[in-house]
Amino acid sequence: MRSSGKMAESISRSLRDGALEGELAPILTIKDSLASPFASHVFSHILLQLSSNVMAQKSQSRGIVIVALSRSPSSYAALLKMKGVDAASSNKLFHILDCYTDPLGWKDKIGKSGNVMDHSRQISLATSAYKTVKDMDKLFLAITELGRGLVGENKARFCVAIDSLSELLRHTSLQSVASLLSNLRSHDQISSIFGLLHSDLHEERAAAVLEYMSTMVASVDPFHHSADGQRGYFENSLSEQNFTKGKFNVRFKRRNGRVRLTCEEFKIEHEGISFASVSSVDGTAIAGLLPKVQFNLQLSEKEQIERAKVVLPFEHQGNGRPIQIYDGRRSLEENNSEASPIPSGKTEKSAMGEIIYFRDSDDEMPDSDEDPDDDLDI
Amino acid sequence: MEQKDLNLLDAVLGFQSYGNKANPWPLCGRFVLVEDCVDTSAAFVLHHILKRCFSSHSSSAVLFLAFSHPFSHYDRILRKLGCNLAAQRDNGRFYFLDMLMFQCPDEGKPNHDGLASVFEKIEKVVKALRQDKKFFSIMIDDISFLEVAANGSSNDVLDLLHYCHMLTSEYGCAFIVLGHKDIYLNGERPALILEMEYLADILVKAEPLATGLAKDVHGQLMVLDKDMQREQGISAIKIHNFHFKIKENGVECFYPGTKV
Repeated sequence: MRSSGKMAESISRSLRDGALEGELAPILTIKDSLASPFASHVFSHILLQLSSNVMAQKSQSRGIVIVALSRSPSSYAALLKMKGVDAASSNKLFHILDCYTDPLGWKDKIGKSGNVMDHSRQISLATSAYKTVKDMDKLFLAITELGRGLVGENKARFCVAIDSLSELLRHTSLQSVASLLSNLRSHDQISSIFGLLHSDLHEERAAAVLEYMSTMVASVDPFHHSADGQRGYFENSLSEQNFTKGKFNVRFKRRNGRVRLTCEEFKIEHEGISFASVSSVDGTAIAGLLPKVQFNLQLSEKEQIERAKVVLPFEHQGNGRPIQIYDGRRSLEENNSEASPIPSGKTEKSAMGEIIYFRDSDDEMPDSDEDPDDDLDI
Repeated sequence: MEQKDLNLLDAVLGFQSYGNKANPWPLCGRFVLVEDCVDTSAAFVLHHILKRCFSSHSSSAVLFLAFSHPFSHYDRILRKLGCNLAAQRDNGRFYFLDMLMFQCPDEGKPNHDGLASVFEKIEKVVKALRQDKKFFSIMIDDISFLEVAANGSSNDVLDLLHYCHMLTSEYGCAFIVLGHKDIYLNGERPALILEMEYLADILVKAEPLATGLAKDVHGQLMVLDKDMQREQGISAIKIHNFHFKIKENGVECFYPGTKV
């Protein structure tokens, strides 16, 4: 079954809880890049989580308006059906604003007369066509109108899911997309908003603008960064390979300005996407942070166990023995039981003779590698 | 169905068991983007898929939008591959739209509507085709010439691609496009090719051999299959890498180092 990690859960929770009194509706931006193009899986996951919350009436919103730009309405119908959401209840919970089938009104222009065939495929979800995707003001009106149709005129709220912010950015300017989002999040009947962005299609500032407006940014990244930072899967030369995993980084902005960053792993499975926290014990989290170097910085399990066994000099404190802290001036003669090679040398030392070293002064560092003849003038 | 001369490319594209009831046409509802570069042309992938289209079901058809070569060129090549395009055209299984001289009206003009007129042509054929042909494919032989015809507006090209993508989900047809990767590399943001890579369900990428020129290997192919949530559920991205050699009457595909 789908087990979700903590972060994915807390995203769903905060979308579920929606807007607080006197605050803007929270926005979640899910972003990915070609090196790990799995954001649509995350989008579906969040949509399903939210819809099960809405269905159980646990959430602030009473319905979801899906703005479909990059996926067909029928694919949403199939997705919900596959997850066992029955048609009767889904009709009350969802309304799809179909910007996919005819975003620019081309079909309308062509087939004014006989467009009978187009709706031959019955979709179980309520769908409204939208044909002027370049007009953001109209889009805002269309979304809010559909939402009101779902939840009624009263104080009930609804949620807005936009399946491609990238597509919107392609059709219009960054300003108009930003103003659409800003209008949506200040609308008093909207409880939360989430959208998908392909970050490498746009200038960096576009992603930054959208991230400023988002309460949460979930970014889907490849597991291993290649040298030039992109093209994760293009560079391998294995003859066959499957890609199912990646990193799920979430940035959570609190109202007081605190920002929390977390990292999880995700895996695409047949039933959906699953999240798991990166266990820091096995070192993969650290491995992700370290730059790629040629030598091995990680310890194997055996090495780690052995390392844990080594007793450090200050660790003798408190087990009945006199406290001894090695300060570099005298050797610890009593300390002969634990560490192996040095003490064994020490037992023979008396027979072999010894080196006695007196330090000149206390200023000198214990292991200074200064050249002692540095000031010699020949 | 003829199964004898199936190669690695067929296997990867899912042609190994097609033609029967369960799997009439493996590219149904999918967008295949074929990418090549100056050093290695991937036109042979188009020819190959074209040939497979006609050697499969009798109720399959192809709509071909030619921006870079005339009909006679394709007829000659496909004849070598054992497929008579002229006959298929007369049978109503091959629709060839000659777009070589096509040019969009300029932006200032009153009837400027991007590539809507091209889509109109496509949809007209598609509507006629779907009466008796169940499985059909739309092919565009060169996206960069389409871009030229659209006065260099990659946004118009993407609009048209979106509409064709919509046709794949609406009618379950296949959509196969050839584009050149390297002409977009110098731009500050190679948006068109990246957008297409996001749209594509299957990406076939032809490159020169990474280890240098060779007599027996003409290049390497990478096939990336994003089997996104079509009805059967979600699965992962699959990648296949192999080498190819183009011959007069077909293409030979093999894993590196396995050629005898």
